[in-house]
Amino acid sequence: MNPIFTYFLYIIATILLILSYRKNKKKTILALKKAWNMFFSVFPQFLAILFLVGLLLALLDAETIQRIIGTKAGIYGMIISSIVGSISLIPVLVAFPISSELLKNGAGLMQITVFICTLTTVGFVTLPLESKFLGKKIALFRNGLFFLFAFLEAFIVGVVLA
Amino acid sequence: MKKMIKKYSFFLIVLMINLFTVLFFPQVGKKSLIFTGKNFINFLFMLPPVFICIGLLDVWIEKETMIKIMGGKSGIRGVVIAFLLGIVTAVPLYALLPVAGMMLKKGSKIANVLIFICSCASIRIPLLLFEVSSMGWEFSIVRFLVNIFVVIIIAFLIEKILTENDKKIIYENVSKL
Repeated sequence: MNPIFTYFLYIIATILLILSYRKNKKKTILALKKAWNMFFSVFPQFLAILFLVGLLLALLDAETIQRIIGTKAGIYGMIISSIVGSISLIPVLVAFPISSELLKNGAGLMQITVFICTLTTVGFVTLPLESKFLGKKIALFRNGLFFLFAFLEAFIVGVVLA
Repeated sequence: MKKMIKKYSFFLIVLMINLFTVLFFPQVGKKSLIFTGKNFINFLFMLPPVFICIGLLDVWIEKETMIKIMGGKSGIRGVVIAFLLGIVTAVPLYALLPVAGMMLKKGSKIANVLIFICSCASIRIPLLLFEVSSMGWEFSIVRFLVNIFVVIIIAFLIEKILTENDKKIIYENVSKL
């Protein structure tokens, strides 16, 4: 899925670039210069995130997550799941099959929901980068609020699907 | 030099942790570096078109245009556009943060930028299809509907929480992009 989307992005970027170049050479070169500068200004953060992601993937791999979330129940289980979800960075495409496997093996629906919600919306690792673009306050509030709302969402899912 | 160190400080800290892991927990360390290497290639492959689009956006889109589409007086239309832009993406969130920054630079309303970035995170359509296939229709639809409300509530709540001064600082910060 993701690679296909990336090819699609390349096609769009190329078309836009050609259109832009035909319309105004100078502006297009300026755009590329700006893109390059912006890329380099965030490169250190991106690099740090990549290393951190690698480390977290090695520490919190699919089996470890499965073991942590699959065994704890109740509100305690939800809190653990939410923390694991906020910190871990396993691709969502891996997380969904794990979650459905866990459910089949008797894990709680609310624990799983809270895990999926925090995994997709709360990014502990990307906080510095988010602060750079949106400001510290927005980044903290956005992550904090999504963390809390994950519990609400889990309760709603739990009630509706019970 | 000092600026350089500050810029790379986060990276250096992470690099130290990685080195430490490689030295003391070689197995985890090795695995970690392999993952990093793989991600690095994906990352280098994915970013050029994203940044080219941001660059073109910066040069071609006038501030007035963006203000009209997603600015303070864009109303419900701005919300809908931000939402639709968010849910069709399939790029990792960290690659979309520069896009969000550019939207702010061009004068988008903070709530609209937040709707964009939050809906990217929680309600993207490409992911929804995967969610349905492994978690089932019921689960995915309930979550989809709840997420729409959550995104809108959080976006407007944050806009409300921020003081005028906060907003001024945020817009000043992105103007340097």
